[in-house]
Amino acid sequence: MKYIFDLHKTMLDNHLILVYEGEFTQEITKSVLAMAERNMDSSGEESSIKRKVFNVMVECLQNIVKHANDVQNNHSAIFMVGKQEDEYLVVSGNSIEKAGIDDLKEKLDQINSLDRDGLKTLYKDIIKNTEISDKGGAGLGFVDMARKSGNALEYEFSPIDDKTSFFCLKSSISRV
Amino acid sequence: MEILNLEGTEDTPKIILDQGNGIFEISGRSLPEDSAEFYQPVLDWISEYSNSPNPSTEFTFKLEYFNTASSKLILDVLSALEDIDGMSIMWYFHEDDEDMEEAGEEFSELVEIPFEFKTY
Repeated sequence: MKYIFDLHKTMLDNHLILVYEGEFTQEITKSVLAMAERNMDSSGEESSIKRKVFNVMVECLQNIVKHANDVQNNHSAIFMVGKQEDEYLVVSGNSIEKAGIDDLKEKLDQINSLDRDGLKTLYKDIIKNTEISDKGGAGLGFVDMARKSGNALEYEFSPIDDKTSFFCLKSSISRV
Repeated sequence: MEILNLEGTEDTPKIILDQGNGIFEISGRSLPEDSAEFYQPVLDWISEYSNSPNPSTEFTFKLEYFNTASSKLILDVLSALEDIDGMSIMWYFHEDDEDMEEAGEEFSELVEIPFEFKTY
């Protein structure tokens, strides 16, 4: 039973206020959002920060829901919210096909290379020209996460087997 | 024409489209799982309204939050409203919500409709 204590300690050490591991659906998304909101309310977080964290969480969670069935037999993903002295961290991890890594990397690197005005231009460009995909996305999620958080999106790919990798994504929202 | 009246939920906005009483309003939170499906009745309603609209229409957006998939559909709604004479948009945002203010400004730059900005 030692892993229970270890997990507990890991969560405290990393200041995690919420961890969810499992399948992701719209219903789960709503529950996770409600929990995180309650936590921020009870700690008296400023409403402007709360809104930004909520915003980033929604895009992150709905991204996972949309892509949950991309990888066969591996629909489970992880979502975490950390609260440090000076920032909130919204972190997710989910399996993706290795074939999609290059596109994903290119998209994220492009977003991370842009400043505030560049992101605004990209956002307007996409919203004008995009059609809603059959997965229900507008292709704006990452851009919006970068805009609302005001920080670059950190990411990492860890190989699972020859076809799949684990995609970790971290956004930080400043509390000051 | 028939009134479109949808109660708001934790992930969908409250919508009232009422030609007779001159009330046209979308308010609350918008993060439905399928935004295209959710907004279709609104687009259908506007398309019918455009056949015989009131001399002037003040369409109100009073959103607390919307996700990116909804933002695409909000642009579709605005584009549908663009073709109606006498249209104007009331864009409400919470007084400390700069992001919602900026979102309204961006929409106003994407369509040819007069926007008025108000805080609540």
